[in-house]
Amino acid sequence: MDSVIALVGKDFVLSAADTANARSVIVMKDDVDKILELDSHKTLAMGGEPGDFVQFTEYIQKNLHLYEFQTGLQLSTHAVANFIRGELARLIREAPVLTNLLLGGYDSVSGPSLYYIDYLGTLEKLDYTAQGYASFFILGTLDRYYQKDITLDEGIELMKRCIHQLSKRFVINQKNFIFKVVDKDGVRQINFE
Amino acid sequence: MIKLDVFQPTFGLDKEEENVVVPKEELYCSTPLAPSLRWNVLSNNAPKDLTKFHHGTTTLSFVFSEGIVAAVDSRASMGQYIGSGSVKKVIEINKYLLGTMAGGAADCTFWERYLGMRCRLFELKNKERISVAAASKILCNTVYQYKGMGLSMGTMIMGWDKKGPHIYYVDSEGTRLKGQKFSVGSGSTHALGVLDQGYQWNMSVEEACELGRRSIYHATHRDAFSGGYINVYYIGPDGWKFISHEDSGFDKHYQYATEKATQQQQQMSIS
Repeated sequence: MDSVIALVGKDFVLSAADTANARSVIVMKDDVDKILELDSHKTLAMGGEPGDFVQFTEYIQKNLHLYEFQTGLQLSTHAVANFIRGELARLIREAPVLTNLLLGGYDSVSGPSLYYIDYLGTLEKLDYTAQGYASFFILGTLDRYYQKDITLDEGIELMKRCIHQLSKRFVINQKNFIFKVVDKDGVRQINFE
Repeated sequence: MIKLDVFQPTFGLDKEEENVVVPKEELYCSTPLAPSLRWNVLSNNAPKDLTKFHHGTTTLSFVFSEGIVAAVDSRASMGQYIGSGSVKKVIEINKYLLGTMAGGAADCTFWERYLGMRCRLFELKNKERISVAAASKILCNTVYQYKGMGLSMGTMIMGWDKKGPHIYYVDSEGTRLKGQKFSVGSGSTHALGVLDQGYQWNMSVEEACELGRRSIYHATHRDAFSGGYINVYYIGPDGWKFISHEDSGFDKHYQYATEKATQQQQQMSIS
């Protein structure tokens, strides 16, 4: 049921995730932060089986921190994407974790980049994408209105359009979303209606 | 001759080694979970039907200005059959920590007792009480190790630590949530209908306890799998306190019914 959306602009990646934690038909909590800050310049927006994705993404985050402590280096977005994919590909044959992720990052080599990663170990570098039921409703919208090298303001407008489309057609009423931007200055949360 | 690579297939060439029994788990020592069992998460053969004895329940807890109130019913059902009408669904982990019980009774009692042990060990090692956040994470990580293997529990870990009152919801899926207000069990939707509407941050302890009691009463009234007695606990800065144990279906029902009747009579006489 988790709705996760992300898009790349000229010099940023914008991610959005709904903030509901539902158990069967009951909302247990309505201010969950499903966009994890992996390190200073990476966000990981997540969805999937409750429990699994929290444990898995925390495991990834802690390993990146460990790598940074040991080597003093920060991995590129591409490297982290491949690390996560590798772990999921290993786990799908051993102890599957049902977690679908959108990795956004900014590094000096490739600038802003976005990766689609799912529980099967699929890895895809994309300019815009969504996970979960949300993808059925807004991939069309994104295909129609997305343009390369958009500014942050245009990105926010497009994201608003997606959320609006979701509230219009998706039977589950997801009231609240959280938005995070990653650019050359790092990760920050932004608020808009 | 000592052979180090005992895990290598010998294809029948090495007859002497044939009798060596290699424990199968050894092959997967790098995996945190037993893999064959973890597959139950994906497939639908989780042994859930065997383990869900104690399915019908209503439990709730909430934080307010003075602390935390926890209220629970006492019915244990095994399908159609009421296994017991006087179960203690609040588990006293230690002086400052309480846990509630929904789902499998054995799973909840066992793992929350285990949590009690881990909390005591923490105290002995660190010379200070464990935080509610840490305690709930121990439980969450423990049950997550067994995910897909049939555990069934939905619990609230409540307590007062250095940073004040906290409630964490932890279930056997591995979910762990911090919150102000939770209700778990088959009657939780009914209880939330009363609790959400009657909740205020500023309440006296008596008002809060009564709100908890009322919420459980209404849940036991509507939910066939909840009933029996209502147990209420309060957690303040000095730890938890047992507040009350009252019959829900009889005593409370008629008490609330007469209260409602006299209220209506008063309103009629006013107008």
